[in-house]
Amino acid sequence: MTAVSEQIGTWVSEFTRQDPAAPWLQQLREAAFRRFVDLGFPTTHDEEWRFTSVAAIARKNFPVALPKLSEPRPLGSGPEPHLAKYASFHQNPFVALNTAFLNRVAVFRIPAGTVLEEPIEITYEATPETAVHPRTLILIGANAQCSIVETYKGEGRYFTNAVTEIVAGEGAVVGHYKIQRESREAFHIATIQVHLGRSANFSAHSISLGGALVRNDVNAVLSEGTEATLNGLYIVNGTQHIDNHTVIDHAKPHGTSHELYKGILDGQAHAVFNGRIIVRKDAQKTDSKQTNKNLVLSDEAVIDTKPELQILADDVRCTHGATIGQLDAESLFYLRSRGIGKEEARSLLTWAFAQDIVDRIKVQSLKDSLEGILFEKFHEHAH
Amino acid sequence: MSLLEIKDLHATVGDREILKGIDLAVNAGEVHAIMGPNGSGKSTLAQVLAGRELYIVTAGAVTYDGKDLLAMAPEDRAREGIFLAFQYPVEIPGVSNMYFLKAALNTIRKTRGLEELDAFDFLNLVKEKMKLMEMDQALLNRPVNTGFSGGEKKRNEIFQMAVLEPRLAILDETDSGLDIDALRTVAGGVNALRGPERAMIVVTHYQRLLNYIVPDFVHVLSEGRIVKSGGKELALQLEESGYAALGIEDEEEAVGKV
Repeated sequence: MTAVSEQIGTWVSEFTRQDPAAPWLQQLREAAFRRFVDLGFPTTHDEEWRFTSVAAIARKNFPVALPKLSEPRPLGSGPEPHLAKYASFHQNPFVALNTAFLNRVAVFRIPAGTVLEEPIEITYEATPETAVHPRTLILIGANAQCSIVETYKGEGRYFTNAVTEIVAGEGAVVGHYKIQRESREAFHIATIQVHLGRSANFSAHSISLGGALVRNDVNAVLSEGTEATLNGLYIVNGTQHIDNHTVIDHAKPHGTSHELYKGILDGQAHAVFNGRIIVRKDAQKTDSKQTNKNLVLSDEAVIDTKPELQILADDVRCTHGATIGQLDAESLFYLRSRGIGKEEARSLLTWAFAQDIVDRIKVQSLKDSLEGILFEKFHEHAH
Repeated sequence: MSLLEIKDLHATVGDREILKGIDLAVNAGEVHAIMGPNGSGKSTLAQVLAGRELYIVTAGAVTYDGKDLLAMAPEDRAREGIFLAFQYPVEIPGVSNMYFLKAALNTIRKTRGLEELDAFDFLNLVKEKMKLMEMDQALLNRPVNTGFSGGEKKRNEIFQMAVLEPRLAILDETDSGLDIDALRTVAGGVNALRGPERAMIVVTHYQRLLNYIVPDFVHVLSEGRIVKSGGKELALQLEESGYAALGIEDEEEAVGKV
């Protein structure tokens, strides 16, 4: 226990080192920090963190730095409505820690009925040997349409602890893309908290490529007639560890959710997928489908995949499935029998596995750049 | 020396021996038909020649163009001019037919010391060959064999063969599942590729295909051995009197005759 308080202790000095903020913000920070101290860093005894040890993060004493983002916006003297109203810091210590260090926030407001043709792009670039707590708030009015691309990158060792809150009004159509390209030495912990209005249509695409230790939480709360799509692609090798936790909360009737997460694992990498689907008592006529597919390219890579269905309504359709497989021997032979080399054939089939996730990306420029990145990555994997 | 020489070839899958001593010599310009009932080892022979690692060669030797074929990786065999038209072409979602075939063709051209084709020349070549096979060009942009009908898959195999121009083509039951029109088209595509430099091994259960692709030699395979060889008339004889007349059991024959 001494170890734990020592770990928290370094955060106490970082917390008190912060410049004073407006009273509303200071109150929020303090409440969150108190909660963080109470919760402490999670351990693998905690069911939510069973497969992911954050001991390496707890041991590191990176000084806190302000996030470098493409469109910085310091918080004002008046309270920011909506901020910290959705991503609760009561359960998740990392959300609490992020809230305790609130400073700059990327806030985007899309007025009702507005259709944005161009995507909103936010890039967070971490500074080596620091801890950063990026915070993003996206508020989309009723019937507005937009796409958001959040990119995380950096060099060297650092700790990114990000929280994004998305609130979409009735009938809004929103595409959210998160591209995690952190350095191979980085820690990346992130929560995306989404609240969706009636008949809103939301799709999330989580592409996770970098990081030494990565945990993504995507939590979506649906309303009546809401359609939510959660897509994910994680590609890990070496000793990378990635944990994707998703929660889809069908709170009201007639909601639809589709979830497809695909993973490609090589080396001694470890991936975790935990997909919880909650169908509340009122949420009749819910239609929910969850799929997790994993391609394991080495003998030493490990995948832990777990669906968690909590269904309290009786007139619903919920399906889930998980697969873990290797490259198909027949497909490999077919390609080779046409003169395509073994390594080339392997990378082609690996690419093919990821293809349908990439195909679902509707921002063309992002799709193009991602195709280039993946193409290189699979060649590097194969050789 | 023959283009292909098979000597006392034995092969197993798991602990089951399928090929029990095959001897066969194929010269450039010749078409050899290999007939036999199901389970006689026809498809195994085709796959072993193409390099399928599922089968283990336990004895014997195969030389191709003077080289030890069995020591070559499947892709090297293809680059040296061997082509297997699969009995069950594999569906590969996520890889476009066009990308796949262009990669294959350019690898093979490189081995032959030819320049790689650019997108424009490749498309022209492909269009010409698709016409020959009466194939819908839309299939080019679809993933390899994915969602193709049985007939489309077989046409796609012969189309690939027409583009890759092998020296030794092995057709594994290319006729199975084809209606008569499709069979004519496929056979037409195969015949267009016949030539003095090219050899073919046509594996089939029924004589029907051989009405359209007339072989120079016919071999009958039974229980992993060639039990009879002859000219094209041997196929006709088999059609009339059946495998049983050669003392070969064929569980499918009754069905095939209906």
